[in-house]
Amino acid sequence: MLDASPLTQLTLWRIREFTREPEALFWVFAFPIVLAFALGLAFKNRAPETVQVAVEEGQGASELFAALEESERIDAVLVDTGEADYRLRTGRVAMVVQPGEVVRFKYDSTRAESLVARLVVDDALQEARGRRDVAEIREIPVTEPGARYIDFLIPGLLGLNIMGTGMWGVGFGIVKTRTQKLLKRLLASPMRRSEYLLSYVCARLVWLGLEVGAVLLFGKLVFDVPIRGSLMSLVAVVLLGAATFSGIGLLVASRSKTIEGVSGLMNFVMVPMWIGSGVFFAYSNFPEAVQPFLRALPLTALNDALRAVLLDGVPLAATANLLAVMLVWAASSFAIALKIFRWD
Amino acid sequence: MIARMLEAAVLCRGLVKRYADVTAVDGLDLEIRRGECFGMLGPNGAGKTTTIEILQGLLQPDEGAVTVLGLEWDHHEADLRQRMGSQLQETKLPDKLTVEEVIRLFRSFYRRGNTIDEVLHEVQLEEKRKAWVSKLSGGQRQRLAIACALVSEPELLFLDEPTTGLDPQARRQVWEIISQFRGRGGTALLTTHYMEEAQRLCDRVAVVDRGKIIALGSPRDLISSLRAEHVVEFELECGTTIPDHVYLGLPGVHSVAHDGGKIWLSAAHVRRVIPELMKVLEGKGAVLGELTTHHATLEDVFLSLTGRHLRDG
Repeated sequence: MLDASPLTQLTLWRIREFTREPEALFWVFAFPIVLAFALGLAFKNRAPETVQVAVEEGQGASELFAALEESERIDAVLVDTGEADYRLRTGRVAMVVQPGEVVRFKYDSTRAESLVARLVVDDALQEARGRRDVAEIREIPVTEPGARYIDFLIPGLLGLNIMGTGMWGVGFGIVKTRTQKLLKRLLASPMRRSEYLLSYVCARLVWLGLEVGAVLLFGKLVFDVPIRGSLMSLVAVVLLGAATFSGIGLLVASRSKTIEGVSGLMNFVMVPMWIGSGVFFAYSNFPEAVQPFLRALPLTALNDALRAVLLDGVPLAATANLLAVMLVWAASSFAIALKIFRWD
Repeated sequence: MIARMLEAAVLCRGLVKRYADVTAVDGLDLEIRRGECFGMLGPNGAGKTTTIEILQGLLQPDEGAVTVLGLEWDHHEADLRQRMGSQLQETKLPDKLTVEEVIRLFRSFYRRGNTIDEVLHEVQLEEKRKAWVSKLSGGQRQRLAIACALVSEPELLFLDEPTTGLDPQARRQVWEIISQFRGRGGTALLTTHYMEEAQRLCDRVAVVDRGKIIALGSPRDLISSLRAEHVVEFELECGTTIPDHVYLGLPGVHSVAHDGGKIWLSAAHVRRVIPELMKVLEGKGAVLGELTTHHATLEDVFLSLTGRHLRDG
């Protein structure tokens, strides 16, 4: 009679409460995908940029214009002096080229795109007039999967989602039950306290596979984000991550008597990790002095481990120190939470 | 076996519970017999909830000893929880679960008990079995809360203000459920501040005020302790005051109490008091305001003991 066991019933309660709340479903499943989609598009690799320049009409202008048209990096227009100045002033072109015996470049040297235009146009003109390059140069464009921004982003969003659902799922549920005096009512029954807390972890496991799968599948199908490590390593990292944040969620909720109180605490714990744990940008951007602290954060360890497994395809053993960081957080938060937990 | 039958369902001695600035329970003794329905009657803040929570092992008393079904909380908690049922004040059952799911959840905690269908029938919620808790009326929710207390067919049932806030019809439905439980031989302890509830349901009532029991007995005994079956209440206009001894001199008047602007007399016979009362008032030149009479109730017992109404808070 598995169905009649208290752990099954308690877990079903958690799952039902979640599936009957459409908003919660959106935040867990749709939100990370919407975010990944928006950021993925924003940073999608575009065709090489062209520079916009205007060529003033006059002696030798058409020859100059033809030479610039040759280059695929330049988008040139042939206009009269007044129009050319007007376009430069309003930012529609980055530079004006005046034909003549001495070709003149007219541009604002404080505008980055003007500086680029100056170099590109100079290059094209010199080449058209028969310049020979003395050093051989080759370009290696970076477009392969695994090294783009979206590849960096997907594991970060995965970590963020595991943190968010773990903390909110456990913390919010417990405080809600406490404010409804339901926790006290459960205590009056022979329910085992350990089974009550365990039911939160069980319900998390049910969702975890789905929410991680949804984000990974999305990354794979839409942006071809690679999954290089073994599935077992990924499962291990994800499970430990989920356990860690369930523990921290439990700790945050262990004494709070109000939803407002626990929400504030949640944000206090999570917002620094949103910023400092390498979700949207690498934490190496922070000063050297604070990096040891950032690396000690549980989300940093989870994100690093996810990236190592997904992108670099390293074996699980290679992430041992990251797993150890998470394990310490998980064990100590569970232990403290159980000690200070307020049941009434 | 006989010893077990005779042993009290609940026994407590010298119970004390203090909070920062108040003593909620102040040296309370209680003995509840097996098979009886025992009521704790008192206004809000009298210490009823604190007492019933201590008896249920949810609060630690500062002083005193508690035995429930012959066992102690410190040593037999798991066993005791299997054998009792409880309904607490202000519990909000999970909104998004159905009636059936809530009962099944609570049923899963007990080793033995009734089937879901039996419980649903008992509290008359069969038609609502698939409805979410959030869609239930106040009375239906309360019956569901009691169903959760009855799933294990407990020996002892704790009910903390089971009908507070319900309309009269919903209240009678709850009374019916409790009566049926009694009929099957169960022991119940309930708190209430409705004297009608205590009078209808309880074999014995403890009147609680300021953390102490100030009267104990069957509703009938408590009322007859007034030594007068009737109550006459009236007001005097223009703030005239007449000393109590004048009222006590009226035929059959047993006690006098003042309740706000009203004067309250307990009397053996209304018929004999009223004409005499009129004469006295006339003689003093007092103008009579509203006058009512009724059969004495537990409310009157409380008023005569404390000078306050049960619902004053």
